[in-house]
Amino acid sequence: MLSIKNLHVRVDTHDILHGLELTVHAGEVHAIMGPNGSGKSTLAHVLAGRDGYEVTAGEVRYAGQDLLRLSPEERAGAGIFLAFQYPVEIPGVSSAYFLRTALNALRQRRGLQGLKARDFLALLKAKMSLVEMDQSLLDRAVNAGFSGGEKKRHEILQMAVLEPTLAILDETDSGLDIDALQIVANGVNMLRSQERAMVIITHYQRLLRYIVPDYVHVLFDGRLVKSGGKALALELEEKGYGWIEAQVARTQAVHA
Amino acid sequence: MSHSTVAQNISHAPLARWAQELASNGSSWTQQVRQAAASRFATLGFPTTREEAWKYTNVAPIAKIPFTLAGDERAGVTDAVLARASCGPMAGHRLVFVNGQYAPELSALRPLPEGVLVGSLAAALSAHRSRVEPHLAHYASFQSHAFVALNTACMQDGAFISIPPGTSVEAPIHLLFVSTAPGQATVSSPRNLIVVDRGGQATLVESYVGGAPEVYLTNAVTEIVAGEDAVIDHYRLQQESTAAFHMALLQVHQERSSTVTSHAIALGGALVRNEVNAVLDGAGSACTLNGLFMAAGQQHVDNQTRIDHVKPYCTSRELYKGVLDGKGRGVFNGTIYVHKAAQKTNAKQTNKNLLLSPDAWIDTKPQLEIYNNDVQCGHGSTIGRLDEEALFYLRTRGIGLEEARSLLTYAFASEMLSQITIEPMRDALHEALRTWLSPLRGSQEA
Repeated sequence: MLSIKNLHVRVDTHDILHGLELTVHAGEVHAIMGPNGSGKSTLAHVLAGRDGYEVTAGEVRYAGQDLLRLSPEERAGAGIFLAFQYPVEIPGVSSAYFLRTALNALRQRRGLQGLKARDFLALLKAKMSLVEMDQSLLDRAVNAGFSGGEKKRHEILQMAVLEPTLAILDETDSGLDIDALQIVANGVNMLRSQERAMVIITHYQRLLRYIVPDYVHVLFDGRLVKSGGKALALELEEKGYGWIEAQVARTQAVHA
Repeated sequence: MSHSTVAQNISHAPLARWAQELASNGSSWTQQVRQAAASRFATLGFPTTREEAWKYTNVAPIAKIPFTLAGDERAGVTDAVLARASCGPMAGHRLVFVNGQYAPELSALRPLPEGVLVGSLAAALSAHRSRVEPHLAHYASFQSHAFVALNTACMQDGAFISIPPGTSVEAPIHLLFVSTAPGQATVSSPRNLIVVDRGGQATLVESYVGGAPEVYLTNAVTEIVAGEDAVIDHYRLQQESTAAFHMALLQVHQERSSTVTSHAIALGGALVRNEVNAVLDGAGSACTLNGLFMAAGQQHVDNQTRIDHVKPYCTSRELYKGVLDGKGRGVFNGTIYVHKAAQKTNAKQTNKNLLLSPDAWIDTKPQLEIYNNDVQCGHGSTIGRLDEEALFYLRTRGIGLEEARSLLTYAFASEMLSQITIEPMRDALHEALRTWLSPLRGSQEA
């Protein structure tokens, strides 16, 4: 579904990713873990199509297309969804209106009819129970005045409504207390399916206790330096990122 | 203003001549007022950008146009034009003015409470002089304002509304001003006087539209008098043709404990000046001025507001929002003037502007002048562009760039419509706003 080859990304004058490789198949959940500054959010944003991220080498193919040629909205249309680390506040646009506009825009891109207000509300109600979200939130402006937990639950609600084929969760666990974390994780787990892949980007192993990944990768200095199963996450939790650093340094010394 | 400045101003000989001619009509009282205004206009001429109050708005293009006086040409007054002017189905009273002249056959009045007068100013000037003369031209000063002088000299007709003490007119009173300029550039000078006596209540809508994309000048003056405890909701909708000049003054006079809320929505016009002055001349009165102005293409929209806190314990709230696209240019110049005797004044003024294109421009100048120590006053203005973060966020949800821009702009502007209490009008204005924004999302409609 997603194939990233030798990806090099520059932001301003800094090379953030150099030579990242990742393959994700339908139905898989991949966790990408790494210390601060390793390039986690850069990867998320470059996949979503944010301006200011210059791909200097490599390629990203998604569902048979060159992903990097697509605009952010075209990527969404193709089934990519990014849950933001810092969801953006949009004063003056109610959450319900935003969700319906987004869903209908996606449906239009996929050649489907837009949903009428009533049908949409029924759909939305069903999805809201997934993240234990209060209905009153729908009338509030998108993310405006939401608590940290509400913002993240709202991201998962969007994912539930928009039904992506590839969901990228950028530090969705940051800033959540344990209750909110569980609610978010439950929501995500219920959205796991054979057709849908997920890439979960996180600093801590905490979230992975609730969302058990098929693969864990360690992102370090702009590259995936180690991959393994869910046990790798536990190892990282115990030992921290220091031993990876040491291992990478040794490997580089050998190659040099 | 010094005499030398006056001498440099731009004269408009035909307009000055008409002003003189028209001024000689009417009763001796109106003749006197008109003639004084006509000679004042002849002296003043049009202002230039050297005057502080006109620094950002150049009216020289108006002076260059060989205007003729507007007749009561009805050809352009189609149902579509009237529907646009009325902004949604109207439940209330409707007075239609074509080129400033009352058109009874297009108007519809419903039963009114006893003593209430709603009709043409021209008729009232002969039939109800005692209710007109104590107020007309007493509030809107033509001494230092050329366009007010021109309007006063030329004033023939407009709306006259007089509500006696303790009387409430529940249904909104819609005043629709339609300009038709078949083949030649015309001037109309609507003049409105609204007097709501002690404890009275009314909701008024002034709506200005043009029949076709033609050049004309609407030079309108409205005086509103709110007596003690009176409550007035006022709306001013400006949807003139994009080739039109629109000069307008709303002058509000408030007595003790009165409440006036005025909303100004400006969507049309090529060169627009919208002035609102409110004088809080009675203790405990409250005034709210809301404004939304949109300018695209080459449109120029100048908003001038002034709130005079003359007496103590008065409150004023002002929020104006501007949206500028293309080479659109906006001006906001708002003054809150707190007089020496106005202790416990509570005033807040805000102007927020959104620039949608690199060539859009806004000059904003919020001003406080305070001559009393015991007041709570605040003001501020912002100029911004669409939030890149928010645009990206929307796009990652599948919403195209143009639609995302349109959505964020709509969110910014529609706040000013949400406060409109006449529901069908509010809905119609939301629709008008969406129409205004639709070129922004051309790709979506294609």
